Amino acid sequence: MIQYNRFVLDNGLTVLVHEDQATPMAVVNVLYDVGARDEQANKTGFAHLFEHLMFGGSIHIPDYDEPLQRAGGDNNAYTTHDLTNYYCQLPAQNIETAFWLESDRMLSLGFSEKSLAVQRKVVCEEFKEHYLNKPYGDVWHKMRELAYAVHPYRWMTIGKELSHVENAHIDDVKAFFFKHYRPVNAILVVAGNVKTEAVKQLAQKWFGPIPMGEKYIRCLPKEPKQLEARKLSVEANVPLDAFVKTWHMDARLEKGYYAADLLTEILGGGGSSRLYQAIVKEKKLFSNLDCYHFGSMDAGLVTIEGKLVKGVTMEQADNAITEELEKIKETIVAENELQKVVNKTESVIAFEDMSVMSRASSLAMYELLGDATLMNTELNKYREVTPSDLHFYANEIFRESNSNTLYYNAKQ
Amino acid sequence: MTLNRKITPPITDAVSFDLQLKKCDTYHLDNGVPVYSMNAGAQEVLMIEWVFYAGNWYEQKNIVAASTNFMLKNGTHQKNAFAINEYFEFYGAYLNRSCYNETATITLHCLSKHIHELLPVVAEIITESIFPEEELNTYRRNQKQRLEVNLKKCDFIANRLIDEYVYGIHHPYGKYTSTLDYDQLNQEELVAFYEKFYKEGNCTIFTAGQVPADLPNTLNTVFGGLPLQKRPVPNIQYTLRPATEKKYNIINDEAGVQGAVRLARPFPNRHHPDFQKVQILNNIFGGFFGSRLMSNIREDKGYTYGIHSYIQNHIHDSAWLISTEAGRAVCEPTIEEVYKEMHILCNEPIEEDELSLVRNYMIGSVLGELDGPFQLISRWKNYVLNGIDETYFYKSVELIKSTSAEELQDLAKKYLNPESFYELIVV
Repeated sequence: MIQYNRFVLDNGLTVLVHEDQATPMAVVNVLYDVGARDEQANKTGFAHLFEHLMFGGSIHIPDYDEPLQRAGGDNNAYTTHDLTNYYCQLPAQNIETAFWLESDRMLSLGFSEKSLAVQRKVVCEEFKEHYLNKPYGDVWHKMRELAYAVHPYRWMTIGKELSHVENAHIDDVKAFFFKHYRPVNAILVVAGNVKTEAVKQLAQKWFGPIPMGEKYIRCLPKEPKQLEARKLSVEANVPLDAFVKTWHMDARLEKGYYAADLLTEILGGGGSSRLYQAIVKEKKLFSNLDCYHFGSMDAGLVTIEGKLVKGVTMEQADNAITEELEKIKETIVAENELQKVVNKTESVIAFEDMSVMSRASSLAMYELLGDATLMNTELNKYREVTPSDLHFYANEIFRESNSNTLYYNAKQ
Repeated sequence: MTLNRKITPPITDAVSFDLQLKKCDTYHLDNGVPVYSMNAGAQEVLMIEWVFYAGNWYEQKNIVAASTNFMLKNGTHQKNAFAINEYFEFYGAYLNRSCYNETATITLHCLSKHIHELLPVVAEIITESIFPEEELNTYRRNQKQRLEVNLKKCDFIANRLIDEYVYGIHHPYGKYTSTLDYDQLNQEELVAFYEKFYKEGNCTIFTAGQVPADLPNTLNTVFGGLPLQKRPVPNIQYTLRPATEKKYNIINDEAGVQGAVRLARPFPNRHHPDFQKVQILNNIFGGFFGSRLMSNIREDKGYTYGIHSYIQNHIHDSAWLISTEAGRAVCEPTIEEVYKEMHILCNEPIEEDELSLVRNYMIGSVLGELDGPFQLISRWKNYVLNGIDETYFYKSVELIKSTSAEELQDLAKKYLNPESFYELIVV
């Protein structure tokens, strides 16, 4: 049970405080309700580029990192399709430094041309390092475009292409900031060796004076139900054929989400999972095989992917997977097998909750979903899933017409 | 009262903190196996690690140690690989294994309440593994395929080669795997290695988390009677055979858009008097986000997504490395900038402002690392395996607070000279 207190400043900034006197540290986590899904199709990669710019100096403070390091702190950030999250950890005595830094960059960035010029290059190198210069690095670029016809999950957080990042202009940066980086679109979580009363005062002092801004109302195109299987076959300079197949699943708060999560565990979570046992170990068709989803807030994708053992054809691989999926669609999953994956979920949650930093970012994420208490009721949602729910959702999800298949062939 | 946002709020200098390393409980099982235990944390979780002296230091043939370690989960006299996995996964537990140079480990993460069900099966793995031929074939084929993919990556190639230059291809720290090594593996070798280095090997146990009160008894019941610790760890010495040529340019992928850049020089181990002070110098040089390499090469020039320097975490000999992936056209300029930064460290004393920032940052990091049972036991494990104790911790903290700019400059002059570095670009 994770305890927390919650209050909202007059400017709409939601603040959560999680006290843990066992640690000498404090964590200040600021989540902004903006991710790659909020980008325009011709300016992709912007939310992530923007995350880099948040370290390029704010209106009163030329350098974010230096004063934080001087206070014994460290920080980082990440951008997903759904949100952008900034976190720092520092000795609890020096927590005000974090309030000072975070509030100043929420008030206004410095909008330095130099920072933009450098970070454009840095992000392009990041793009190359992870997506261009690695074998199979563009698999998800291709799969997302195949699986989503209209929803902005179509592109990667790093961006659709290098040129979108290269062409980012300072005016785009300013507009993006004042649209999304306002108190009313943010959630502040303070955790660790802190007291709620003191946090209230600090929050009011540093964040209170920031103009509220306009609440961003998200209206993204809903991905229409897919009615026909989509297939794509490509060739690339890689040593092994790779197979990737996805199926649309429910959004984060829908009942089908929990069932889909458990189904991916049954199929691909660990050495005793069905696909691993049947297809890697017994039939020996794949040298590795994974089944997972990304935990997206909007409707996401159940994914099965792996590399083929040399000599195996794509059709053999595809058929073997279909055969396993037919089993889970036809035959009800045994209580024992369901119990196994629920136990695993219980354990994953317990391990995740060990670090203050992870508790802080989870609280922020659940608050964004609508209510931070979800963090404490999540496990029950998994426990409520029955074998017949799994049966129902396996049939919902694993329909051929709901699928997207990518054959990623090694060039001969 | 208007808020002046230009003024930094007052801070407590982290260097004024009195850092204390929580002691770890120690005891021995009946067979002499030492156990180190860290009872802490709010979650009802537990980590137990069995560390064997079974790393590649002790193998006669390439990858026997790593393969033996990997295949520990692939079958015992009583359970096949599936049954082993299913058993641990049913309890939501994770059983991992890893092979390093001197040591190889088995690590269990689980909810504390399940520990009694899980320990006997760990013991079964340590005493009854059989390395089935069919499993070995699957492992061999899948690993070869994995290697084939990795060989396409410039960073993977660069990491192998730079170690070879520093230590020599026959040294445990310098050797690496070829597909031929997998073809030449045979079951008897794994079994023999297992018998000697696991079943009758030298083991040390580390436990951390919410440790049940009866755990010492349980561990003793399950593991205290095993034939471990019968012989001392073999004393094997290897000769370093560093490469004579210092500069390398390798093209692995004609179409590559980035190059993996590595620079490295030999460096002594933790017992050398310079080791702890050099950690401070390394931090300033390339050890954290605010380091000079990062500020210059990423934040000023945008040549790379990241550049880091570090001392390799080895027990015997070590090396000081600089590592980055940079745009193909700027690999050479990146190396020039690294040398420029070395030159500045050798010729100009570090100013007090920068030094005090790094001191505070380092102490703050140590404080953060003392938080939580897993981080604490990992520090203790490092001390135990390197033959040092908590006095090393207190000395290290003291040196972070007190090492002078002059001492750091002397160390830079001693170690950061370009002619002592190997230099490698792999595109």
